[in-house]
Amino acid sequence: MNKTIASLADAVSVIGDGASVMIGGFGGSGSPIELIHALIDKGVKGLTVVNNNAGNGHVGLAALIEAGCVAKLICSFPRSADPVVFTERYLAGKIELELVPQGTLAERIRAGGAGIPAFYTPTSYGTDLAKGKPVAEFDGRSYVQERWLKADFALVKAEIGDTHGNLTYRAAARNFGPLMCMASSTAIVQVSKLVEPGGIAPESVITPGIFVQKVVEVPNPAQEEDLNRAGARYP
Amino acid sequence: MTAEKLSNAQIAWRAAQDIVDGAYVNLGIGFPEMVAQYQPPGRQAIFHTENGILDFGPAPKPGAEDWDLINAGKKAVTLKPGSAFFDHATSFAMVRGGHLDVAILGAYQVAQSGDLANWSTGPKGVPAVGGAMDLVHGAKRVAVITEHVTKDGKPKLVERCTLPLTGVGCVTRVYTSLAVIDIDGGKFVLREKLANMTLDALQALTGAKLHIDGAVGELKVPSLAA
Repeated sequence: MNKTIASLADAVSVIGDGASVMIGGFGGSGSPIELIHALIDKGVKGLTVVNNNAGNGHVGLAALIEAGCVAKLICSFPRSADPVVFTERYLAGKIELELVPQGTLAERIRAGGAGIPAFYTPTSYGTDLAKGKPVAEFDGRSYVQERWLKADFALVKAEIGDTHGNLTYRAAARNFGPLMCMASSTAIVQVSKLVEPGGIAPESVITPGIFVQKVVEVPNPAQEEDLNRAGARYP
Repeated sequence: MTAEKLSNAQIAWRAAQDIVDGAYVNLGIGFPEMVAQYQPPGRQAIFHTENGILDFGPAPKPGAEDWDLINAGKKAVTLKPGSAFFDHATSFAMVRGGHLDVAILGAYQVAQSGDLANWSTGPKGVPAVGGAMDLVHGAKRVAVITEHVTKDGKPKLVERCTLPLTGVGCVTRVYTSLAVIDIDGGKFVLREKLANMTLDALQALTGAKLHIDGAVGELKVPSLAA
């Protein structure tokens, strides 16, 4: 078994127009910049993207939106230090937004990966974001029904990966990565360091390889924050 | 204490006095983050951030930032001995699952029922909610720190919120620039007020009835350099 892909271009070549794509990261932390830029290079249209945010500046997710690849965004917080790319398109009606509370977004993705089609949460009960959703009472409290979230693809950044797809993550860059690998049909992961099986102690594996389909090595990956501070734009 | 009202630092200081040793605490982004600076000596709170860190410390020196090590406000933080990382589903299990002792949040409006409005000022612009609607559920105490009135002098403590709700019946205590007020049984119950403030004057700046239940203490805080 070897899930290694030689190049970023090969890794994203399977993503076509209209696909649903989960993209890991919380702001810049854990954002798979190189995979996103490879997807821009490929040139796709009409994507539904799931991410916590809506991009910052003109690199990474913001650049994917700016390149016209994204038709719909499912996220919790479409604001950032420089949200101009998303904001302009949203206010012009050129991109659809599904706003989801952050914990609900995480749990919907987890549920998608865990085979749970719906669940009840106290979050958003009695608010505008619960409108149209079923409500039920359990043990005297009211809860809102939320549905699972799955995607065709996930683009995730991990720290160390082996050729079986076992992964570790760096610091707080873990965030949505393990959940999105589970919830997508094809999880495409960029790792800073690729190792042979056994190179990661089994006790240290965060995402087991069963959830990962493709691994591409990207040594010294870019950080969105560093790129933005340098005024970078992509392409 | 002769100040007309407390500064933000003083409100944060007062809220910090109620955090017990060993408490697990989430501070909302922005103003509530100040509470971490005023932990009483001898007490150690463990701070949680939604993106997946327990027990993080203050910002690093400029130039020493690690952008994989940020808080929910996307500001760089540091680690402490005993820090832990976890994924987002686990992070919000800590929130919704009742494992946090205290969440301290900002507010646009708080109603006497404990309803909170702090995520949206209306339909204009780009809506963004983040973790606000999750944080109001599950923490054993949900406290708000806020100016007592808006910039144009309107009450922020009201009978019923007119702005979009973040959560229903979730707030248990409000620390304002003028008073400390509990929410109990659908009522605002005054616990502390500034010494130079009469009850009538405070009531005039509050959009719902202030109830008295036992002694009202003096809201006393140190001067705190700005």
